[in-house]
Amino acid sequence: MGEVKQPMLIKKGAEASLYLADWHGKKVIMKKRLPKKYRLSELDEQIRTYRTIHEPQLMHEAKKAGVPTPTIFLVDVKYATSIMEFIKGKQIKQLLGNVSKNERQHLCIKIGKLIGELHKHGIIHGDLTTSNMIQNSEGKIFFVDFGLGEKTEELEIRGVDLHLMKRALQSIHFRFAEECFRAVMEGYSKVLDAETVKNVLDKIREIERRGRYIAERKSE
Amino acid sequence: MLKDNKMKQKKANECYCLGIESTADDFSVGISTFEGEILANIISAYMPPEGGIHPREAARHHAEVASKVLEEAFEKAGIRPQDLSIVAFAQGPGLGPCLRTGATVARALASFLNVPLVGVNHCVAHIEIGKLKTGAEDPVTLYVSGGNTIVSAFDSGRYRVFGETLDIALGNCLDVFAREAGLHQQVGEPFGAVVEKLAAKGKRLISLPYTVKGMDMSFSGLLTAAVNMLKKGENKLEDICYSLQETAFSMVTEVTERALAHTEKREVLLTGGVAANKRLQSMIGAIAEEHDAEFCVVPSEFAIDNGAMIAWAGVLVYTHGVVTPVEKSFVRLRWRLEEVEVLWVK
Repeated sequence: MGEVKQPMLIKKGAEASLYLADWHGKKVIMKKRLPKKYRLSELDEQIRTYRTIHEPQLMHEAKKAGVPTPTIFLVDVKYATSIMEFIKGKQIKQLLGNVSKNERQHLCIKIGKLIGELHKHGIIHGDLTTSNMIQNSEGKIFFVDFGLGEKTEELEIRGVDLHLMKRALQSIHFRFAEECFRAVMEGYSKVLDAETVKNVLDKIREIERRGRYIAERKSE
Repeated sequence: MLKDNKMKQKKANECYCLGIESTADDFSVGISTFEGEILANIISAYMPPEGGIHPREAARHHAEVASKVLEEAFEKAGIRPQDLSIVAFAQGPGLGPCLRTGATVARALASFLNVPLVGVNHCVAHIEIGKLKTGAEDPVTLYVSGGNTIVSAFDSGRYRVFGETLDIALGNCLDVFAREAGLHQQVGEPFGAVVEKLAAKGKRLISLPYTVKGMDMSFSGLLTAAVNMLKKGENKLEDICYSLQETAFSMVTEVTERALAHTEKREVLLTGGVAANKRLQSMIGAIAEEHDAEFCVVPSEFAIDNGAMIAWAGVLVYTHGVVTPVEKSFVRLRWRLEEVEVLWVK
């Protein structure tokens, strides 16, 4: 890792710090999962190690499934650090509010298709927010940050994954959350078969009911 | 009734709001001035003889203690019922029978005194009393109690929910575990405090499910795993309590930190019954420091369910032009935090 030159902190997230750096003459992202003082060091190490190992595996699987993700160049488990391709582009979070309704619809359908591909191949992203999606200049949408992901085809987990997408839209893009989520599901339906989609939608409703998510029960 | 000489000298034009809280196991009456001075905050907790809260039994308790708690509140505040300008009540979210009991008392009182009735959202009230008591202005709030686990922050007119539990609340997880372990609580001592004491003696971390999904959390798997561990009897109870606390608190702290990193707010507010836990305080304090934010903990009396918070939130709602006509004062069991228009925050 000695070859990393001029690391510049570009984002201090809760889970990791991202640095833009020069690595063998290439512009890369160095993702460092720094120790968290609030957690017991034992637990902290477990969590950071697990996520550092699993994230690149899932990103690789996603790529095979046809979902663009940054290429991983190097993983250093001891320091919970990985070096990956730098994707030049804009976060979907920044785009959604600044494009026409039509384009927004278009973007969301595309996102839905990509989520569909992930799920179809047994991959759960685990943190589907519009900050974790980057569109490059060619219009390709990259998914990043698979640290909370997992491999499963379980209906429940798929439902939660999409439910999180819905929640992220509601908390950040509340003005058009509903139309966006509808478009995401439209894209999702183009990839997965009708029965699976119906089951997933039912599951999302069940998850909402289970929590404190519905406004009012009419009988009350 | 009170003797006249014990009466607080009512300042000219001073306005009072009485707030009734009865969303779960506590029945509480608080009185606040329109300036935010809390004059009374009387809390009567229902203690189930065994098991968890049975909504109907808790509601029966509320009905039984209501008049006594009201009387005590007036006495403590040194005002008379006819001095009230408005009556506020927790309209939701919460347990149906409990909510209805509080609402009935509030409706009766408001009608009798012929003053406006104001329905208040319980979660909003927790945030507002926290801001009032700690001086926080625009915090990321972690609200952890027996019924709720919510990370929220203000944005565009509402308190947006950034993360929450997908199943049971953190406080509920600790309570059920304590009951399964056959632990006993003293009068007025929450189960969480019993677990905290035992956890302080634990040393060995046992691996338990750590479930963070995006910004949301799940505690039911953690609870099941901890209870199973208990039944196996291979580990010391102290170590299980320790591991349960460390795992659950690390989860809520991680989510709170993500909200803090995302919103870039300058304050973190910790409230709800579980806020009294010293270990949780130190964890949330650590992330506040990490992000150069001020760490605010709501004093225990105002962090648990209490009437004062309903009274104060009632003042905010009423002075921004909202009242709840009696015919529209039905309780709202699943009234979400982000449905409330927060008119008083710019």
